[in-house]
Amino acid sequence: MFSNFFADPKTLALGAVTGLVFGFLLQKGGVTRYNVIVNQFLFCDFTVLKTMLTAIVVGAIGVYAMLALGMIEGLHVKTAALMMNALGGAIFGVGMVLLGYCPGTAVAAAGQGSRDALVGIAGGLVGAVAYAEAYPWIGKHIEPIANYGKITFPGVAHVTPWVFIVPLAVGAAALFFWLERREHTAPRPA
Amino acid sequence: MTNPIRLPRWSPYVVGAGIGVLSWVTFYFMNKALGTSTSFVGASGALLCTVACEHVEQNAYFAKTLGAKGGGFKPVFDWQMALVFTMALGAFISAWFGRTFKVERVPTLWQSRFGPSVAKRYAAAFVGGVILIFGARMADGCTSGHGISGGLQLAVSSWTFFVAMFATGILTALVLYGRGPKEVTRVQ
Repeated sequence: MFSNFFADPKTLALGAVTGLVFGFLLQKGGVTRYNVIVNQFLFCDFTVLKTMLTAIVVGAIGVYAMLALGMIEGLHVKTAALMMNALGGAIFGVGMVLLGYCPGTAVAAAGQGSRDALVGIAGGLVGAVAYAEAYPWIGKHIEPIANYGKITFPGVAHVTPWVFIVPLAVGAAALFFWLERREHTAPRPA
Repeated sequence: MTNPIRLPRWSPYVVGAGIGVLSWVTFYFMNKALGTSTSFVGASGALLCTVACEHVEQNAYFAKTLGAKGGGFKPVFDWQMALVFTMALGAFISAWFGRTFKVERVPTLWQSRFGPSVAKRYAAAFVGGVILIFGARMADGCTSGHGISGGLQLAVSSWTFFVAMFATGILTALVLYGRGPKEVTRVQ
């Protein structure tokens, strides 16, 4: 494992620049804060949803446009092993609220001085080992359930991705408009 | 006008659009999608390898995630792990110039509900971290790999993850904090 521990310098440099921008943006967005993340799940602060949905819509438009123009090699879709995705997501949701950060924002939060996020990262390393130990059983019994491979919604529906992207963008814009109006008219909680 | 880097917070729409554009860049220039939680597997595998390397090599999940096609291991410190390390640096730069850098052990919202005990907060954070990464690895992604990258690719796996994550997240938040007005965090 340690004989070829590091990837080539170019790969590392590209990753490093990406991480620098990603961490910077997350911190400026406030989503590296425990209060902001937990208050999203309490419906008291919609910063997380606004940030994620905007990223998804903007990202989808660009990535699918580049795909249509043959500018990118392909997509990086993860396997739809739906029981794994759903069960893993459900477990993840509990951990995210208990810790108050997700894996990426925990790392970024550590950079802004949040010591509890560092403790969460340590826990995460233990969680990864725990999962690796449990995997032989999980892979045999849970992974095959509802496993459809690397599928996307437009792929399954046999339609152009824009059938999904346009309504998603319009829906997100409507939701944002409604949220902003509500936040600026309703009295803020004491 | 204030220099944007000096501002403590940016609009979530600006930040979200920035992350979306960052995804274009990683797809176009690097043939990669943003993600973070696989690095926890690499990091824990490498740490474990210093004491029990054979065990790591023989574990089916470490082999599947970290193994190279022709046998042996792929580089553990790869694109994503470089990204994860510099994320902390990027956040530090943002916090430093925005004057929001602060050593904090117990977040104020947590403190308002569970008191100022650091041990209590750290215990919850540690257990939360264990659960978080266990779930992320089972789902094969986290809020960045599934939530953002998979969401924007309209992947069925990722939207399934997204819905499940929000459902139990809301339930957990209700159990921990109950209903009622919470501390405002919009301006900090």
